[in-house]
Amino acid sequence: MSLHQFLLEPITCHAWNRDRTQIAISPNNHEVHIYQKSGNQWVKSHELKEHNGHITGIDWAPKSDRIVTCGADRNAYVWSLKDGVWKPTLVILRINRAATFVKWSPLENKFAVGSGARLISVCYFESDNDWWVSKHIKKPIRSTVLSLDWHPNNVLLAAGSCDFKCRVFSAYIKEVEEKPGPTPWGSKMPFGAVLAEFGGAGGGGWVHSVSFSSSGNRLAWVSHDSTVTVVDGTKGSTPSQLKTEFLPLLSVLFISENSVVAAGHDCCPMLFRCDDGGSLTFVSKLDLPKASITRNISAMERFRNMDKRATTEDRNTALETLHQNSITQVSIYEGDQSDCRKFCTTGIDGAMTIWDFKQNVINDIHWNEMLTRGQHGPQLKTRLSQ
Amino acid sequence: MAKNTLSSRFRKLDIDEFDENKFIDDHDEAVDNQGPDGTEIENLIRIGDTMTAFHLALRNPPLNTKNPAVKERALAIVLRVLTSFKSSDIEPAVKSLDRSGVDLLMKYIYRGFEKPSDNSSAILLQWHEKAFAVGGLGSIVRVLTARKTV
Repeated sequence: MSLHQFLLEPITCHAWNRDRTQIAISPNNHEVHIYQKSGNQWVKSHELKEHNGHITGIDWAPKSDRIVTCGADRNAYVWSLKDGVWKPTLVILRINRAATFVKWSPLENKFAVGSGARLISVCYFESDNDWWVSKHIKKPIRSTVLSLDWHPNNVLLAAGSCDFKCRVFSAYIKEVEEKPGPTPWGSKMPFGAVLAEFGGAGGGGWVHSVSFSSSGNRLAWVSHDSTVTVVDGTKGSTPSQLKTEFLPLLSVLFISENSVVAAGHDCCPMLFRCDDGGSLTFVSKLDLPKASITRNISAMERFRNMDKRATTEDRNTALETLHQNSITQVSIYEGDQSDCRKFCTTGIDGAMTIWDFKQNVINDIHWNEMLTRGQHGPQLKTRLSQ
Repeated sequence: MAKNTLSSRFRKLDIDEFDENKFIDDHDEAVDNQGPDGTEIENLIRIGDTMTAFHLALRNPPLNTKNPAVKERALAIVLRVLTSFKSSDIEPAVKSLDRSGVDLLMKYIYRGFEKPSDNSSAILLQWHEKAFAVGGLGSIVRVLTARKTV
């Protein structure tokens, strides 16, 4: 695990380039800063200033090396690197509320923008007029769209929104792609069709984040009522929900077909396992605090504490986790969604941490798997030995 | 300064009712539970079987109904059971519940907090402590975010 503290401002969102040598972050303002890795340090190499409102989403297309950003100013820009300078192209989204999230499609010929205008803007490039055109998915979204994720077939789009529901839409654009084959989620996919809808019904909170697995058969989402839910499209449409005892999670990511990493207001990434039957279990927290050592405070420190805080005790106010404030985004650092070896988290404390799945974590997951097959039940909690 | 400052009739208008984008919850009329059975629970408490009374009281929660009388009645019955527990019996009772049971218990506890009385506050706080030990912060978050309350 390595933590890098960028600045003290919260990191609203981040995106990596293909070989992970550059990271684009937004420090809670109108700009995007691109940092270049040099040795062990991160050096700021570019500042992208075009938006008039806070940046709410950044995504970096790995193959075509384009960055798309969206912001509270209801705009999105596609940036391309020309002669060492990032040049923006405005995309007319036709929304009358802030954009909240943006994601490139797997083939990078379209991107989807979620917004507070209760709709999703799917944008594709029209080469005749040399501009980006947007098409809207409106029904039946009833509130702000918080998060989006593309299915690997480049057509299906999962959306989590503030109306407590997670939906799978078709974002098929006939101008840029062929008709897609049937999937476990459905076979007729005209643009804007709702192929599946989950959530609501009594419980439920805002759906903060959604993620497709690498095969596209599984969909996971986290919502504000402190639950994680996974549904397997191939096994019918009953989602498996896990009510956690933690604070709500804000970001979720499949790191293999069977494992999900999620992080949120508890400032700590957590690992969940989804077995073949489709049921979800909590494996462990991935940030193990070192055992706190009660140290003897020197007389100098006592006087300093008395002066600063009017107390002689050693009351350390820092959190035990690496991140000192909520984690808002989890992304893959090394590997891909079918087999991730390292992942990255950024949060409101302005820090970016890269987490490494050491071999013992993978061993513990296999151990748990062996035990569940031996009918010991999935309730066994594994302890990471460090 | 505007001339027409005398009439304040407009202040009684609820502007949100006229909003065409108003969010209406999907209302599930299907299962309309009437709440637990009062007389049977009273009998159980009288003979001292608080554990069975507890489990009975948490069955059929009136989550879907919009009738406040039904909810009040259910709440009164549950609070009667919770206050009749001895402090040492609370922990095993909480341990006997599953995850959704703990969430439901938390909902009732917070409803009980809304009207504090002399004999209920102390015991409710003990219930809260034990339920929190099992359910964690997540169970409290689910009380706050629940669309269908007890």
